[in-house]
Amino acid sequence: MRPILMKGHERPLTFLRYNRDGDLLFSCAKDHTPTLWFADNGERLGTYRGHNGAVWCCDISRDSSRLITGSADQTAKLWDVKSGKQLFSFKFGSPARSVDFAVGDQLAVITSDPFMERTSAIHVKRIAEDPEDQIGDSVLVLESPEGRKRINRAVWGPLNQTIVSGGEDAVIRIWDTETGKLLNESNEEVGHKKTITSLCKADDDSHFLTGSLDKTAKLWDMRTLTLIKTYTTGVPVNAVAMSPLLNHVVLGGGQDASAVTTTDHRAGKFEAKFYDKILQEEIGGVKGHFGPINALAFNPDGKSFSSGGEDGYVRLHHFDSDYFNIKI
Amino acid sequence: MTIDSQQKTSKFKWGEMDEDDDLDFLLPPKQVIGPDENGLKTTIEYKFNDEGNKVKITTRTRVRKLASARLNKRAMERRSWPKFGDAANEEAGSHLTMVSTEEILLERPKAPGAKTDESKAGGDSLSQLGKGGAVLMVCRICHKKGDHWTSKCPYKDLAAPTDTFIDKPTTGETSTISAAPGTGKAAYVPPSMRAGADRSAGSDMRRRNDENSVRVTNLSEDTREPDLMELFHPFGAVTRVYVAIDQKTGVSRGFGFVNFVSREDAQRAINKLNGYGYDNLILRVEWATPRPT
Repeated sequence: MRPILMKGHERPLTFLRYNRDGDLLFSCAKDHTPTLWFADNGERLGTYRGHNGAVWCCDISRDSSRLITGSADQTAKLWDVKSGKQLFSFKFGSPARSVDFAVGDQLAVITSDPFMERTSAIHVKRIAEDPEDQIGDSVLVLESPEGRKRINRAVWGPLNQTIVSGGEDAVIRIWDTETGKLLNESNEEVGHKKTITSLCKADDDSHFLTGSLDKTAKLWDMRTLTLIKTYTTGVPVNAVAMSPLLNHVVLGGGQDASAVTTTDHRAGKFEAKFYDKILQEEIGGVKGHFGPINALAFNPDGKSFSSGGEDGYVRLHHFDSDYFNIKI
Repeated sequence: MTIDSQQKTSKFKWGEMDEDDDLDFLLPPKQVIGPDENGLKTTIEYKFNDEGNKVKITTRTRVRKLASARLNKRAMERRSWPKFGDAANEEAGSHLTMVSTEEILLERPKAPGAKTDESKAGGDSLSQLGKGGAVLMVCRICHKKGDHWTSKCPYKDLAAPTDTFIDKPTTGETSTISAAPGTGKAAYVPPSMRAGADRSAGSDMRRRNDENSVRVTNLSEDTREPDLMELFHPFGAVTRVYVAIDQKTGVSRGFGFVNFVSREDAQRAINKLNGYGYDNLILRVEWATPRPT
């Protein structure tokens, strides 16, 4: 396959997301401007100007009309997807690390980093139908027991009943969204040993995949938080994605950004590694980035995926036909 | 629209212009033609370059329809959305999106049966070398072959320390040093020259390499190493191909060397290719003469 290279960002990529229909791709980078691309030919459709810091995460509503972004400028912003206009800005006292729309797009979960005397927290905001009525108050605030450790990702569980979070303390937590109680924590024995960098839900919310700097990715049951599978790779995992079509998972990573300049790019293993979801065996690797992979996303149709790297490039890969008949 | 701009230009006086004034309104509007039936889209833009000359920029892009792109209604509508943000005033020549020139494959970690193929292709001598490698693993403590390394020896603690690890300056061992060429005690003796070193192994290795080395002369200037490889590899496994290149000019000096794994293959290559017409020159292929030692 010949990947499409998109050079719209001047700083390392942080996050990639497709919309539900799979025709739009949103990219976030440390350069303040989230960008919208057509997911088939990689043409740039627009940029969202207004953030004043690195943009860490974004999410798109199911009808592709609203975009929410979380940024290091201590805000999370709501945008009109079509015009690129900012609709609302949620202010926090610390960088907003992760955002996720709930099913139905009435609620959004936003995590804030520990900063100065502030501890990390998970905020649930109500998203108004009409942006005029939007208010910044939180419906629910969840405080992590390890307040000094950053929460890198928080997503909604099945039917919005729970929130799943993971972060620097390497523990995955499941929270009740009604009461705000901590329902479950991942087992220390089988869980990750180092910072959880990424979390990706399955389409049907039955299970999710986490990637960690301990060079593994783990597949968990969403309801019981039991460990299902472990995928071991040679490098810290920065990004994970699951194919909606085949039983494949993709892990992206590379050595620390600080070590990149001192090593050869061939030694850095900056490839997106494909694993069989069930057999936990490596299927193959897709090379091309000149730096660690920070973001991965699968098109909802499962026929293409994109990766964003520390090198500032988004690489959009449309699979060749032989990918679909790979046999282990 | 066109009339408007004409009026503007007629009113315009050069003398009233500041140097830094934007002249962009003088330019004809950007034109987009196509995409035509071949998928070619032509964009014509006008621009002032650094010297103040008007430049016409014509960009032809191929619009490819990706296979079976089944878009739903809303996605089709989004196709026609106007560009916004930085994308709205993007120049046609900015090339933010490019198709990789490199073909990227999903690289399988180990193709099925790859290992066995390799050893077969390696030929006799290589597999022998592999066996030799196994014998090389000899424990210096219990002298067991091919089982473990010295450091992992289970009898490590039981055995008396072997003399190889200990300096014995007072005993007869020193005689090797004093016997070595050079008078002073500090004179360095390379390991291969020390007493008890297996000299035959080193020279054997050397001879083996030279023996299977074939010199090719009267090569044309255009011949490069891959060409030689293509020419010689049908005769057998080739370990090294080298074409002498003039350091200054970068032009081939007209000779090269090819090393074969087995002597028989090399001999067959010489028989066949000596006097062979290659690139309008007649090749001369012979054994590389061993260097005087």
